[in-house]
Amino acid sequence: MEALSETTPQASAGAALPLLRIDAVGKRFGGFTAVDDLSLDIKAGEFFALLGPSGCGKTTLLRMLAGFETPESGRILLNGEDVASMPPHRRPVNMMFQSYALFPHLNVRDNIAFGLRRAGVSRVEINARVAELVALVRLEGLEKRRPEQLSGGQRQRVALARAVARRPRLLLLDEPLAALDKKLRDSTQRELLALQRKLGLTFIVVTHDQEEAMTLADRIGVMNAGRLVQVATPRQLYEEPRSRWVAEFVGDINIVEGRIEARDAGRLRVTTQGAGVLTALAPRGLGDVADVCVAIRPEKIRLSQRAPADNAGASTINRLEGTIADVNYLGSASSYTIALDGGATLRASLANAARVNADAYAVGQRVTAWFAPDDCVVLDR
Amino acid sequence: MSGRRFAAMSRFNVVSLALGFAFLYLPIVILVIYSFNASQLVTVWGGWSLRWYTAFFNDEAMLAAAATSLRVAAVSATLAAVLGTLAALALVRGERFKGRTLFSGMLYAPLVMPEVITGLSLLLLFVALGAERGFWTVTIAHTTLTMCFVAVIVQSRLGSIDRSLEEAAMDLGCGPVKAFVAVTLPLIAPAIAAGWMLAFTLSLDDLVIASFTTGPGSATLPIRIYSEVRLGVKPEINAICALIIGAVTLAIVTASLAAKLSSRRGGNAAPM
Amino acid sequence: MSARNIFTRPARLAAIAPYGWMVLFFLVPFGFVLKLSLSQVANAQPPYLPVFDLGAGWQALVAAVSALSLDNFRLLLSDNLYLSSGLRSLTVAATATALLLAIGYPIAYAMSRLPRRWQPLAMIMVIVPFWTSFLIRVYAWINILQHDGLLNQVLLTLHIVSEPVVWLSTDTAMYVGMVYSYLPFMILPLYATLSKLDPALLEAAADLGSSPLQSFWRVTLPLSLPGIGAGALLCFIPLVGEFVIPDLLAGSDSLMIGQTLWLEFFTNRDWPVAAATAVMLLAILLLPLVIYDRFQRRQMVRS
Repeated sequence: MEALSETTPQASAGAALPLLRIDAVGKRFGGFTAVDDLSLDIKAGEFFALLGPSGCGKTTLLRMLAGFETPESGRILLNGEDVASMPPHRRPVNMMFQSYALFPHLNVRDNIAFGLRRAGVSRVEINARVAELVALVRLEGLEKRRPEQLSGGQRQRVALARAVARRPRLLLLDEPLAALDKKLRDSTQRELLALQRKLGLTFIVVTHDQEEAMTLADRIGVMNAGRLVQVATPRQLYEEPRSRWVAEFVGDINIVEGRIEARDAGRLRVTTQGAGVLTALAPRGLGDVADVCVAIRPEKIRLSQRAPADNAGASTINRLEGTIADVNYLGSASSYTIALDGGATLRASLANAARVNADAYAVGQRVTAWFAPDDCVVLDR
Repeated sequence: MSGRRFAAMSRFNVVSLALGFAFLYLPIVILVIYSFNASQLVTVWGGWSLRWYTAFFNDEAMLAAAATSLRVAAVSATLAAVLGTLAALALVRGERFKGRTLFSGMLYAPLVMPEVITGLSLLLLFVALGAERGFWTVTIAHTTLTMCFVAVIVQSRLGSIDRSLEEAAMDLGCGPVKAFVAVTLPLIAPAIAAGWMLAFTLSLDDLVIASFTTGPGSATLPIRIYSEVRLGVKPEINAICALIIGAVTLAIVTASLAAKLSSRRGGNAAPM
Repeated sequence: MSARNIFTRPARLAAIAPYGWMVLFFLVPFGFVLKLSLSQVANAQPPYLPVFDLGAGWQALVAAVSALSLDNFRLLLSDNLYLSSGLRSLTVAATATALLLAIGYPIAYAMSRLPRRWQPLAMIMVIVPFWTSFLIRVYAWINILQHDGLLNQVLLTLHIVSEPVVWLSTDTAMYVGMVYSYLPFMILPLYATLSKLDPALLEAAADLGSSPLQSFWRVTLPLSLPGIGAGALLCFIPLVGEFVIPDLLAGSDSLMIGQTLWLEFFTNRDWPVAAATAVMLLAILLLPLVIYDRFQRRQMVRS
């Protein structure tokens, strides 16, 4: 069984125990399997993201970590202790809810202090901590307001302050940026990162937005249909997807199906349907499969108006000729859809590096699309 | 997915619910059973019999009172439904207008006002106007009482209807009144029907106000039942009560089935 | 305030008919009650003096007004019977409301915890007894509580008591009848508020260290106060003036205001004193009624 995580801690003695170890956890609702035999280690101080489409089980997993669902199988070890059956109010884990769940009958101060009061902290201490938190999330002056009198961004900060008040070992965030508009989302992302580093807490974020995951997380766990499909850093996830599904889920990608013709010196020659013969790096652990697909990210494709030179066959660069079918101007970059002579369609993305773009391509223009073997990935079909 | 841990029914909840419903239904069930008791005494079970039902159907005075009650209830419920709907409309769509506070105050007061007060005051009005007390005075009194119940029910339904439906109708060429009749009225029709049924039941059931405002020859069923009951338990009353319970249950079951049928046909398009 | 909306004007026009009706048949009669409370009983038709006859001329009118007096109120305030009935009404209503809250809250709470698809059915089951005649329900209890009624039979058979207990004509029977009849009025507003409670709030409370009991006390209960208020008012106010239940189930040694009013009117044929009693009842209820009205308006604004 191939290791899913590129960063699994060494199993040798003397290695630090992960803060959180999810061990073969499973959960079903009636006939539906929400989480299927899932194992994952999370290190102390890391910012981890659970990424996946709706219904993949990431929220169920999060709720099991918080204590609102009980796993049917497996263990959840927090600092070595199995907390799977511990009720939520006794776990040193706190959660920031997607809807914020601020108590409408309490003001900002009392909302933040709620958990501290339950913990039996002295009143003096509570006042000090609440003041500290209010300053941390920049809500000074709003302590006496009720949730209904706050804006969406303000409510979110109250929810965050409330969730970190008890200094939990682990902070869970359920789609924290989903309800915010783009500008607010960007600034909140930066704030969350700064907060996590400052407080030194371990964060687990659940999201369906991969841009959010890539911005926030040190490592991302991609889930689909209750299983963990790949656990990797953002770069590894984007540039080294382990499966076609992950490649297509994270970011935009071009997929061309084909068969492996030959292998030599760590390179593969793949005959594709619609894109001719492509040269690609042989991936580790591909095995003996012959039916594969070649995946190239749009920004890795370069365009040239000149036809390839005659000695092009000597180089291993993949050159494909075609016609521009569509151009989409997106501000910082432009997306070009190229109908290849071979029949396939590629999407290329070029940065608009100059304000007045003398090299811009127009619909109907003949182009050569080219990319190096290193820039594409071969995946099992 | 709802938090399973927290939506689970604790044992305490189940027991509360069971005991609560048992408390509510047991006396009624016992009543119905005893209406079939052949023996006159409560202590003895004489077997199953319909004698009390036959006694009721042979009791002229009771039957007349029942007929009066039904007529009063039907007329007052219809009046109350019309007036109550108009009142709800004014409160929900009318924004602020002069006298709105007084209006809503008057509308909600009968909900809680002790019936002895409303009964007495209405009687005095009729006396001052020189009106002959009988069918119409009771009907007017019941309409006044039940109008607010209809208004409350219709108001809550009206408030939850999407305004953009009416606006769409107007966009397509209806005037405001036509838009209301064509679009909103069908959507609140179930609420109006529910209000009518509630007004009907309340009127059928009312003792105090009817006692004050009725006249000779217009005794309603509750008045007759009450005068009998004061003298002690009579088995014939059990039969009457069982009949009323049966009729009401039948009406409610039919109404809910009708509601379910209409919503399945897609008649109700407004968001809840 | 001009009409903000094309629907406003027609909607306001719709108010005319019900408005007129309520003024004529609800508001104006109170004036008559007040006037009657200041009159004297007489052996005539109608059985009171003075009678305002608008056709008899100005002099007669002046004479009639001067014949009004506060004698009835003096009687009410001096006679122990009326004072004690007023006090009794308040204490009984308050006790019954407290009982209703204690019994109704767990039921409403349990209803709000049912799976969503069972909740409408539970609501119907609470409402159905309410639709089957008030009088019937009181009568059902007479059936059970009478000397040789079902309750005594059960107790005797189980040897819990050795001879039949007197249940009827006691305050206990009256409270049972009151709770039984008014329970839907307490349960429904409570259930309406409790069912709107966001379950995420309870999860958040637990997440922050609150045990289930603490969560109930600190989150559920405070947020259900509007429902408690509504239910309490809906029960307390009519209970103060309740007639049928105490008349049929309670003993005759002490009466509630509703009963004294009825007595004065139907038995003693003393309409003026009955009217004065009604005014006294209204005076007692003035504060709760104002609170109720405020409540209603705030609820309307909220929705």
